[in-house]
Amino acid sequence: MCGIVGLFLKDKALEPQLGRLTAVMLHEMCGRGPDSAGFAIYGGAAGGVSKICAVRRASTLDWADVAKRLAAATGSKVTYDTIEDHAVIRIDGDGTAARAWLIENVPEATVLSEGEAIEIYKGIGDPDAISERLRLSSFSGTHAIGHTRMATESAVTIAGSHPFSTGRDTCLVHNGSLSNHNRLRETLRRHGERFQTENDTEVAAGYLSWRMKEGDSLQQALEHALDDLDGFYTFVVGTRDGFAVLRDPIACKPAVMAETDAWVAFGSEFRALAALPGIDGARIWEPAPATVYAWSRS
Amino acid sequence: MPSVRMGIKTAFDARNTSLDMASLLLRQVNETLQKAEAGAFVVSNPRGAHALAAGLTGPIDVTIDGHVGYYCGGMNQKASIIVNGNAGTGVAENMMSGRVHVKGDASQSAGATGCGGLLVIDGNASSRLGISLRGLDIVVKGSIGHMAAFMAQAGNIVVLGDAGDALGDSIYEARLFVRGKVKSLGTDCIAKEMREEHRTLLRGLLDAAGIGHEIDVAEFTRYGSARTLYQFHIENLGSY
Repeated sequence: MCGIVGLFLKDKALEPQLGRLTAVMLHEMCGRGPDSAGFAIYGGAAGGVSKICAVRRASTLDWADVAKRLAAATGSKVTYDTIEDHAVIRIDGDGTAARAWLIENVPEATVLSEGEAIEIYKGIGDPDAISERLRLSSFSGTHAIGHTRMATESAVTIAGSHPFSTGRDTCLVHNGSLSNHNRLRETLRRHGERFQTENDTEVAAGYLSWRMKEGDSLQQALEHALDDLDGFYTFVVGTRDGFAVLRDPIACKPAVMAETDAWVAFGSEFRALAALPGIDGARIWEPAPATVYAWSRS
Repeated sequence: MPSVRMGIKTAFDARNTSLDMASLLLRQVNETLQKAEAGAFVVSNPRGAHALAAGLTGPIDVTIDGHVGYYCGGMNQKASIIVNGNAGTGVAENMMSGRVHVKGDASQSAGATGCGGLLVIDGNASSRLGISLRGLDIVVKGSIGHMAAFMAQAGNIVVLGDAGDALGDSIYEARLFVRGKVKSLGTDCIAKEMREEHRTLLRGLLDAAGIGHEIDVAEFTRYGSARTLYQFHIENLGSY
């Protein structure tokens, strides 16, 4: 199972409602993934500042201490906010090195995302309770991706919940299971990708990050994925300015898309889209197998 | 719940009974439809609900205004169901008799394992249309996706548009009529001669689906089983 929702806004007037609309969509997918849930929100980018989202694994973790150590290690200004067990750490400049430092030096936390626009939040248990606790409805932004998980390939943990992000402002959610992830993970490690779990989806996220570092556009990276990833998948991918969908060549996992002048939306089932404003006049279709669908804010 | 019971009682006799899913639960709607022995019903605000109008046994008319989720009209017997919208996975799956008419598109596995009756899809159908078909007739006015009619045993599938990959893979005795292009045929599925009996059969199916004579049966190609998989061949022993 697993449920996926995605919403990419074209109409700026809807941006304050991004979180609320995503929460309504995610609610409909609770039954497809009652184990855990997570969401990525893109928005609030301030030029020259990186946001790193992390969730603590040990209740003893002191974010103030982490921020102080990170500032000392990088020599950059570091601030942070917390939402429940999550922290959004802000650091001047590119946060790539800070992300690596956190993974290396703060084992009591799981780093979820890094970038100018992306924020990722995850939890274990009922998806509705998770979006309530992490105040999903209060977020504004340009696009969002949410996931409800019914675990198959690895344990039910926060680190194993989706979305997965391994590159700047890039994240991926997945319904399905990959069969060649162990070998591919080793290949990607040799190319310098860093993994935090044994999860198959993290490998897909790492694969796309690697392809885009090699110069692929999101569209090209997904086209290469059709050759290199083996298994069942419906992917929804977010980048700082883009949003894309890909299904495996036999379209094993469900997908419905809808588009109006105001938004593009993805749902594992139509009911996830039923409450969107203007759905009655939307173009609705089932994405074809092995076909990349991509939107970008230019 | 006495009020619901009274509602069902009334519904037996009424014409165009309105069932609004903005206020009724899916179970209440299905219970009303499943108990009805006659009448016409209009279901509004389905919002992608699953298993709507599934398991109907009476000769009733059901019109659903909006998009439905999985298995709409599944196991249908005798009822005539119209969906004014798109249908999710498995519409009319395992249908026994009656009629299901989807005015929009249908998702995968439409009409799967259907035993009888007629399924009409005005738009496109995605993958696995009519897999393991056992006697249902399906008419699709648009195009269909891959793996349609996989292991289809009996019944007919008519497609006015194109068909995707692996049409009729491992097919038994179902008949397939495709007007457009077929991307690829599955194992043991071949194009076959259209004889008079097939033209008559196809015309009857088009008529039943409300398609007029502007669509000429001569434009279709018939596909069916080459019957090479029916017997075990000893020379293939090494493959097992």
